[in-house]
Parts: sequence; C-alpha cells; structure tokens
Amino acid sequence: MVRSVSVDLNNDASLVIDIPDALCERDKVKFTIHIKTTLSSFQKSEFSVPRQHEDFIWLHDTIVETEEYAGLIIPPAPPKPDFEGPREKMHKLGEGESSMTKEEYAKMKQELEAEYLAVFKKTVQVHEVFLQRLSSHPMFRKDRNFQIFLEYDQDLTVRRKNAKEMFGGFFKNMVKSADEVLISGVKEVDEFFEQEKIFLLDYSSKIKDATAKAEKMTRSHKNVADDYNHISGAMNSIAADNNTAFKKHLEKCAEVFEKLRKLEDRVASDQELKLTELLRYYTRDIQAAKDLLYRRARALADYENSNKTLDKARLKGKDIAQAEENQKQCLRKFDKLSESGKKELTSFKARRVVAFRKNLIEMTELEIKHAKNSMSLLQGSIEILNSN
Amino acid sequence: MHECKCKRSLAGFSSVLFVVLSLVKVFLSQSPEAACLSAEDISPSSNGPRDDDPDDLFAGVDGGSVSGQSRPQSGRVRPLAGPDEEENRDTFDIQISVSDPEKVGDGMNAYMVYKVTTKTSLSIFSRDEVCVKRRFSDFLGLYSKLASKYMHMGYIVPPAPEKSIVGMTKVKVGKEDLSSVEFVEKRRSALERYLLRTVKHPALLKDPDVLQFLESSELPRAVSTQALSGAGILRMVNKAADAVNKMTIKMNESDAWFEEKQQQFENLDVQLRKLHASVESLVCHRKELSVNTASFAKSAAMLGNSEDHTALSRALSQLAEVEEKIDQLHQDQSYADFYLISELLGDYVRLITAVKGVFDQRMKAWAKWQDAQVMLQRKREAEAKLQYANKPDKLQQATDEIREWEGKVQQGERDFEQISKNIRREVGRFEKDRVKDFRVVIIKYLESLVHTQQQLIKYWEAFLPEAKAIA
Repeated sequence: MVRSVSVDLNNDASLVIDIPDALCERDKVKFTIHIKTTLSSFQKSEFSVPRQHEDFIWLHDTIVETEEYAGLIIPPAPPKPDFEGPREKMHKLGEGESSMTKEEYAKMKQELEAEYLAVFKKTVQVHEVFLQRLSSHPMFRKDRNFQIFLEYDQDLTVRRKNAKEMFGGFFKNMVKSADEVLISGVKEVDEFFEQEKIFLLDYSSKIKDATAKAEKMTRSHKNVADDYNHISGAMNSIAADNNTAFKKHLEKCAEVFEKLRKLEDRVASDQELKLTELLRYYTRDIQAAKDLLYRRARALADYENSNKTLDKARLKGKDIAQAEENQKQCLRKFDKLSESGKKELTSFKARRVVAFRKNLIEMTELEIKHAKNSMSLLQGSIEILNSN
Repeated sequence: MHECKCKRSLAGFSSVLFVVLSLVKVFLSQSPEAACLSAEDISPSSNGPRDDDPDDLFAGVDGGSVSGQSRPQSGRVRPLAGPDEEENRDTFDIQISVSDPEKVGDGMNAYMVYKVTTKTSLSIFSRDEVCVKRRFSDFLGLYSKLASKYMHMGYIVPPAPEKSIVGMTKVKVGKEDLSSVEFVEKRRSALERYLLRTVKHPALLKDPDVLQFLESSELPRAVSTQALSGAGILRMVNKAADAVNKMTIKMNESDAWFEEKQQQFENLDVQLRKLHASVESLVCHRKELSVNTASFAKSAAMLGNSEDHTALSRALSQLAEVEEKIDQLHQDQSYADFYLISELLGDYVRLITAVKGVFDQRMKAWAKWQDAQVMLQRKREAEAKLQYANKPDKLQQATDEIREWEGKVQQGERDFEQISKNIRREVGRFEKDRVKDFRVVIIKYLESLVHTQQQLIKYWEAFLPEAKAIA
C-alpha cells in the first residue's frame, strides 16, 4: 500500500495500524482496520475490525472536544469518500454510449474503473494516515475512545449518536472565521508564537490556493488523456474503411494514441497522489495547527480576563480568593498550552518538511519515468511507421 | 506586468510557430522521390484543360521518361503506387510562401495584405523568383475562377480558406492582442497551404489564372467573392446538383467503382469530421493545461515564499520554475497539435466536400446526357408525326433539330465519359496524396511529442537533486 502524504508513521512496533482492505457498497465505504500491538491495554495482540467513515469522524470529534488535548495539534479528520467524479463520468458514459464505437466505450469503461480505483485508494490512504497519526502520538495513542474505536467489536453507531447529544458539536459550532481575528488580535509576547502566527496565517491561504491550482492542472491532464482516447477511436474507424498497407498504418497510429492515453492518465493520477493529495493534506493539517493557536489565544484571553476580574475583586474587596484561584488556573492552562504547543508546532514543521521532501522526490521520479516511457513508445512507433 | 506577459507570449508564439510552420510547408511542397518533372510534361501552350488531351500528363511514368503515346488509363483505382510509378512526376521544383501580413487602411474598410513569394525553376514562370501582394479576396477570386473552369470536368479543385467575420473584425478594429495575432497567423498559414495544394495539381499549375495570381503585380479586384467563399461556391454547386438529383430518377450506376467510392467518401467525411473534432478538443485542453500549469507555478512560488523552512522554500521556488517552463512546453505542443494535425484535418474535411462535389458534377453530366436523349426521342416523334402532315418546311426544321440533338446526345455521352475518366484519375491522385500527407504529418507530430517528452525529462532531472537537497 503506497503511503503518500505522510512519512512512515508505523515505526513503533508497539502499535501498528493499517487498512488492508475496504469494501465499497453504494454510498458507504467499509474499512477493515488491522491492528497489531504489544500493549497490554489491548485484549488481543492482533485483530481486525470493520469501521465506517462516520466512525472516524466521531473519533476525531471526541478528541477535539477533549480539554486535555487543547495543546496538541489534532490530526485532521479524513474527508468523506468522494465518488462523485467517477459517478458523473459513469453517467456521461451511459448517455454517450450510442455515439461511441464499441472499442471506445470499452476503453472509457476501463478508464472509469481505474478512476474509481484511484478514488478508492486515496480515501483508504487518508483514513489510514489519520489512525497512524493517532497511534504514533504519545498522548493520543492512550486515548480511551481511540481504544474503543480499535477494539469495540460492535457497531459504533449507537455511541456516535450519544456523543452527538452530549457534546452537541460545541467547539465546531463556534464561528470559525472568528479565530483568525482572535489570533491576529492577541498581543504576543512570545517571539516563537508571534512567528508561528504570522507564518501559519499566510501559509494557510497560500497552500489552499496551491491545492486548488494543482487540482485544475490534474484535471487538464485527464482531459488530454480523454482526447487521446477519442482520437484513437476515430483513427480506428477510418482504418476499418481502408485497405491494406494504409489500414495497418492507421491502426498502428490508433494504437500509439491509446498507449499515450494510458501514460497521460498515469501522469495525471501520480501527480494527484503525490502533489495534490500532499497539498490537500497539509492544508488540513495547517488548519489543525491554526486551531491550536486559536485555543491558546482563547486561553490567553481568558487569562487576561481573569486578571481584570481579580483586580475588580480586590477593589471591591469581595470574592478575592475565588478570583485568585481562577487566575492561577487560567495561567496554568495557558502555560500548559504554550509549552505543549511549542513542541507540537516544532515537530509539525519537521513532519511537514519530511513529507514534502519525500513526495516531491517520488513525484519527480515518476514524472521522469513516465516521460522516458512515453519517449521510448513514441520513438519505437516512429521507427515502425517509417519502415512501413 | 500584464503587457510583459503578453509580449513574451507573442514572441514565444511566433518563434515556435516558425519551426512548426516550416515543417508544414516542407511536407506540403516536397515528395521524397528525386525525379523531377520534365519540361515536356507541362505544355505552356494549353489554356485550360483539353478534354481530348491524351493521358500523357497523368500517365504512369516508367523510369522517368514521358511516354509519347497515350496510355489508356485503367478504370480500376491503382493500388498504392510503388516508388517508381506516378510518384516520380510529383516532385516539382516550386516553393511558395505567404508572409508579412500587413494591415492596409483603417476601421471597417481595412484589410490585410499578404506577400506571396514564388521561387521556381519551372519554365512556365517568367522569373525564378516573384513577389506579389495579395489580399484574402484575391485568393477567393482565384478559387472561384478555377472552380468554374474545372469542377464541371471532374477536377478536384482545392477549396480556399474560410471567411471569418469575427476574426477579421477584431483585426480591423485594431486589437493587437494575442487572439488577433493568432487569427492572422492561422489565416496566413491556411492561404499558404491553399496555394501549395493548388499548384500541386498538374493541370492547375499550368492554368493562366494561377500564373497570373502568382506573377502579375496588379490583379483585377475580385468583387464577386464578397459573397462567396470557397465553401460558399461549393454549397451553391452542391445545391444545384441536389436539385438535379431530386428531379431525375436515381442514376443507373453501371460502374460499381463510382458507387463504392461515393460511399467511401461519405463515410470518410463523417469519420474525418469526428477525428477533427477530437483533435480540436485536444488543442483546447492542451492550452488549458498550459494555462493551469502556469497558474500552479505562480501559486507554488507564493507558497515557497511563504514557507519558513529555508531548504523547502528554495525547493518550492524551484518547483515553480520547473512548472513555468513546462507550461511553455505545453503551449508549444498545443501549437503543434493545431498546425500539424488540426488544420490539416480541417483542410481535408473541406477537400472531401470538393470531392463529393465532383461526383455530383458527374451526376449532372449524366442527367444532361439523359435529358438530351429524352429530347432527341421527342424530336424524332415530332418528325414522325410531321411525316403525315404536309408541311415540308416544318419537316425540314424537325430533321435539322434531330441532327442537332443527336449531336448533343453524342456530346453528352462524351462529356459523361470524360468526366468519369477524369474523376477516376483525380480520385486516385487524391487518395495517394492523402495517404502521403497523413504518413508524413503523423511522423512529424509524433516527433513533436518526442521533443516535448525530452524536455520534460530534462527539466525534471534538473529538479530531482533540488528535491533531494531538502534537509
């Protein structure tokens, strides 16, 4: 299984998680989670459990809502499996069936199946990475709900419903746009966090833009591949009507375009997997880092408010002890968030750099490989066509 | 900054185009065989085609010599000629280029003037090298003359390029943007291909109107073409043929060859249009790819600037540079897609229409012949009736008319046979040219793709160590 956007997170043998299998039933994808562990907190040392996308979201949300983890970057939730693209294409294929030759239709169908598979691989990967981020983190791996997610041998649907009622999506329902204002409004004394704030705010908009542009680029590659497919089909039609040597010549040309299509498709899907997916993932991860800054900013605001309250209490001479206690707690919370936040943001940068390096190298190597294959295909074909 | 980008695109565009278009011209004007068309093959004294012209001009040339006796042209389409057959006569020593588009006048009355340069050693031309200035309507005028002279005889006259109101208006209005530059370039190239195709036709090359077009400094303004483009004329001709077809009974096709060929051309028409449409789509999507790659490049550069890890920031900036080079590569490839394949296919779609027109002309000739036969019959019946009336004057007139119509029937039959013969020959030539054109073009196109891939390898191999250097 090709792990793309993150480095190998399974380097700690005490808890190894992967998703070897997944089943696609209509709208629902059922992931088979495979766990191997030496930790005593688990009942078995190796086991598997089926989970749905919604279960992942439940796990993510419970972690987000956990106060204890406020100082950590929460691994971004995997996006919902999106089969819209292939589904739309399948629809178009059905409609256009009458205007295509049998070969063209079969080819497009094959291509469609490949696309379906690509979406499938992507969604499995991104769900897997989510779990591996949790399992490789010293705090998250001990999370109770994480353990339930991995071990509970029944359907999690009931738990999910309960959780919704308990938390009511409290944190998520807050107006997210407010956090940018809050973060930038905070008077920062700590140089580290000041830099991080400036960096993250700018970087997040840039990476979102880069993701969108990469997506468009990939789509164009796919369109070109489609065109090669149609050209190949049209050439075959003309060949069918011709005689002898020219017919063979045309058929050979049609074959070349068909092979070009396959290569172009591969270029497109590799670019998507290595570049676009990388950018997509880190767009989400940057958001998670920003959320951390937000929580810290909130804690700072609370601390500042607690100071004001204490001053007021001292003036009035009422509830001073309470106010002092409150202030101490706020400060403690803020310091804790700052300390763990610093650690998290530093390791986040390291993780990001490693992931970019790995993916850029792999993408480049694949581009070179595909270009070399294209070239040898084209040169070989030119030779054959010239000799005819 | 916007202007700079425009200029860069224009400069890059014209430099790539120069390479691509010189490729197009080369293949159109030459054929691989070395043998030259000897001076005997072109008789300067003929003024337009002679129906009774022996097949000398088109007869298979064995071993390079022109046979004096006429070789009866077999009705069968020859199988693809080997290198020593008719191909030999194809190489002619003539180069035509259309260049230097210049805008004359202002506003809605403005027009473009093109320089037409002919370089040749053929004796029918008065000089080795001639330069004349022509405008678009001149080309249409030439086509209109040639079509009216030769089409009814079954010659496939290459159609002139299409008029374009939208395209020309932009040019007239004076928009100096990339799209009007592209439009002028597209037209210039189309005009060049049109002339090259026209002179490739052995009979048209000798035509005095063609010679006048290429050589004389002043050309009477072709006024009637204001309404007619190449396609316009064909449409008119075909409409007339349709009307004829509707009136007559279905032609008794005694020659299976014609029926077969007509069907083949109907099919080819449909298939070529489909292929052309797919290639046009490729051109469009490749342009989009170029634009989107450029856009990504900018975005990656911004991301690199924003990145606070130094080595990664540098790598991202370099990725942006690579993508920028690649976007230029895609743009160049789209020009190759367009000028090598798409425009050629467009030319052939129009040529097929001309071929179909020629078949219709044959049906018209047949109908005329049949009509003459019907008329003759009527005249004979009228004479028979007059035998019993006592009107010697009228009887004489009737006998005269019978003789007249007998002549017309004979002429009709001769014309029909001649046009059938001509079409067989023309179709044979067309199919040979078509195969040759396609073979040459597809190789050139694949070579353009090879070039793109080579560049891609170069760019990515240069980037790889940069990516590995991220630490």
